[in-house]
Amino acid sequence: MSNVSTNEIKKEFLKSRLGLTGIFILLGLILISIFTIIIIPASTFQEWNNPEKWISYPKTSVPNWVNFISSDKIPEHKIINANIFEAQNDEIFLVSQQFGVSFDYDDFPSDIIFENKIKYSDSQLVQIKVLRPDGIELELLSTSLPYSEIDTIHSQRYFSTDNMIKKNLYSYKDEFKFDFSIGASEIIFSELDKNQVQKGDYIFIINTYGIKQSAEILESKMILGGKAFGLMGTDELRRDLAIGLLWGTPLALFIGISVSIGSVVVGLIYGVYSGYKGKKTDEVMMRFNDIIYALPALPFLIILAVTISNSIFLMIGFLMIFSWVGIAKVSRSMSLQIKTRQYVEAAKIMGQKDSKIIFKHIIPQLLPYAFASIAISVPAAITTEAGLSFLGLGDPSFPTWGQILHDANTYGAAAQGFWWWIVPPGILIAITGLAFVFIGNALDSIVNPKLKR
Amino acid sequence: MFGVLMITLLLTIALVGSNMDTILKQGVIYQVRAEITENTTIAEGFNDPEEFEKFVQQKIDERIRTLGLDTPWHSPQRLGYTMYKIIILDFGNATFLISDSGSSNVGEIIFEKMPKTVLLFTTATIIISIIGILLGAASSNKIGSMTDRITSTFAVISSSFPVWWIGMLMIFVFAFVWQIFPARATPSIGPDDPGYILALLYHMALPLITIVLIGFGAWAYLVRNFMVGIMQEDFINAKKTMGISKKKIVYSHALRNAAPPIVTVLALSLSGSLGGAIITEAVFDWPGMGRLYFEAISVMDLPVIIGSTYILTVLFLISIFVADLLYGYFDPRVRTSS
Repeated sequence: MSNVSTNEIKKEFLKSRLGLTGIFILLGLILISIFTIIIIPASTFQEWNNPEKWISYPKTSVPNWVNFISSDKIPEHKIINANIFEAQNDEIFLVSQQFGVSFDYDDFPSDIIFENKIKYSDSQLVQIKVLRPDGIELELLSTSLPYSEIDTIHSQRYFSTDNMIKKNLYSYKDEFKFDFSIGASEIIFSELDKNQVQKGDYIFIINTYGIKQSAEILESKMILGGKAFGLMGTDELRRDLAIGLLWGTPLALFIGISVSIGSVVVGLIYGVYSGYKGKKTDEVMMRFNDIIYALPALPFLIILAVTISNSIFLMIGFLMIFSWVGIAKVSRSMSLQIKTRQYVEAAKIMGQKDSKIIFKHIIPQLLPYAFASIAISVPAAITTEAGLSFLGLGDPSFPTWGQILHDANTYGAAAQGFWWWIVPPGILIAITGLAFVFIGNALDSIVNPKLKR
Repeated sequence: MFGVLMITLLLTIALVGSNMDTILKQGVIYQVRAEITENTTIAEGFNDPEEFEKFVQQKIDERIRTLGLDTPWHSPQRLGYTMYKIIILDFGNATFLISDSGSSNVGEIIFEKMPKTVLLFTTATIIISIIGILLGAASSNKIGSMTDRITSTFAVISSSFPVWWIGMLMIFVFAFVWQIFPARATPSIGPDDPGYILALLYHMALPLITIVLIGFGAWAYLVRNFMVGIMQEDFINAKKTMGISKKKIVYSHALRNAAPPIVTVLALSLSGSLGGAIITEAVFDWPGMGRLYFEAISVMDLPVIIGSTYILTVLFLISIFVADLLYGYFDPRVRTSS
């Protein structure tokens, strides 16, 4: 046990390249966490498991930046707002919502969804059509809104997968020279002579005709279901992975740091007290320590999570139960050495209370070691929590990286090649772990000069 | 040591017991009702539905009493009975799970899964330790050399990745992008087929590679650190001055002196390997102890949970004991005079 002052540790630490790298990574992660907490409202991630919230997002789409790398341009997911025009001819009122799309990708969009919220009375006729770059106009849908005598607000989604749209497209079958047994969006965006994307500007139009009465458009948007979305893509349940990953950062830091601080504090006090008291107390406390040490940790964590609760705060407590043991052993042996030192004996003779000797004279000596072990035990806590979440035992109201990987595994992401769903969470877990390992190793080699070469 | 084992089992029973009772009781109620509705003559004998309900309730209570479920799980006689059964190694029958051959005897289930776990994890542990010891010795031979630095960096980086995540990546790369290995680790052909062993080995390849890849770095680093400590000792310096080649010193003299801690770690990790790895087995769909454990916990199959906890804890304690003995054998200094 060497006595190194805080200043020395600081000086030595600044010299260690690994330690500094660790600090930089950690600072980056903390910045991301702060950014996330401020920028992304907590409500978005609380609704992580609510499919309703994610309905307008695309399914398993790659991140947008893939377009910079790959030679083929993958269609991005787009949400387009309407330009609304109104016209009147005698008694007929026309409200026209127009969506302009400039489409220059190499692949078809997966689907098209129109979302409409409209206030009307009487009966209204709805017509959806598209004007293609080659001048051909395709009529997609003609339908009417349910009759109503008074003003009503009506919300409706029109999907390109609708059978009516497919049927209407069949009337243009002669103009296209390929088999029509494909999705509607692949016909709409196709060249005439072969089934290939026709690039250019498309205009989608929703016309609403009313007699004597004009309809009022309250909300209107068109979702062009792409195959690329956002910073990190989306998963099978249409969730934006960027939000999940960003929110995972503060959660992982919180879990890791609170578990390691908790277990180090408990282990330190337990071990020091046991070593300082010695004799019977020591014997009993160490036997208890041995029992916990012999418990198979992961199976017990699973049993606890299944039977008691999988709330994240309880999980932190469970993780602490299994991680203080080693620290208690080491700090016991350290306190055995320290208690024989003269100043401790002097304090004893002066009649100081045991608690005062432990907290004033012994524990301060162990603080450098404690800090090193806090840093070193963070990664284990994070990976264990990720592992439990991976088995589906995570707290569903706090989506962590492990849970993202759990979902990826249940939907067979690896076998289907959804790499953007698997790679980032694991790398984030590893980077977070590495940061703490670097810091911990740097501190450790300062505190334990034996490890230096 | 025996006390530790018993306390571990008591804790397991305490954690699972109450849930288990609720599940079992519900099972009994369901069973009795099904029996009565099947047999229509019983229902016809009653005119009053209330009376009929009473009769059903009476039947249920009777069944619960005969199964001994009327006393709570922590009542002394049930607890004592459970513990007694465990001590005589009778784990009873599983409540829900059955083995592949259709038996529901817990012992049989466990001994059916154990060889598969041994096949994968123990093989992996042995490969890891051989590579680790050789690599560790090589890098301690020349501290600060390229080998040393690569090994140390690899050890730190590989140990901070979760094994199961690397497993997912490996499945993605080697089963999806390049279709070399199968994605699921359970062979599709039956165990009676002559090609079964080959198929099993082929299916085992991907998890084995993954575990070895993640594991050997940490081992090499550990061995290296032991060796570095020993290489600074006086007797090594003496040998050096005697003119014995450095290679010989490292591989025969120093390695033998590093044996005690290495053997301890080896014993512990070998016994640990018998328990399999719950999460890794889940990723690769490997039908071993870890999977069994997880399945047992998720359906709350108390006898299986107790049985496997018991076996794992016993193995762990035995290996600690063996490691202690071996330590004494290799390092006579720790032997006490008595």
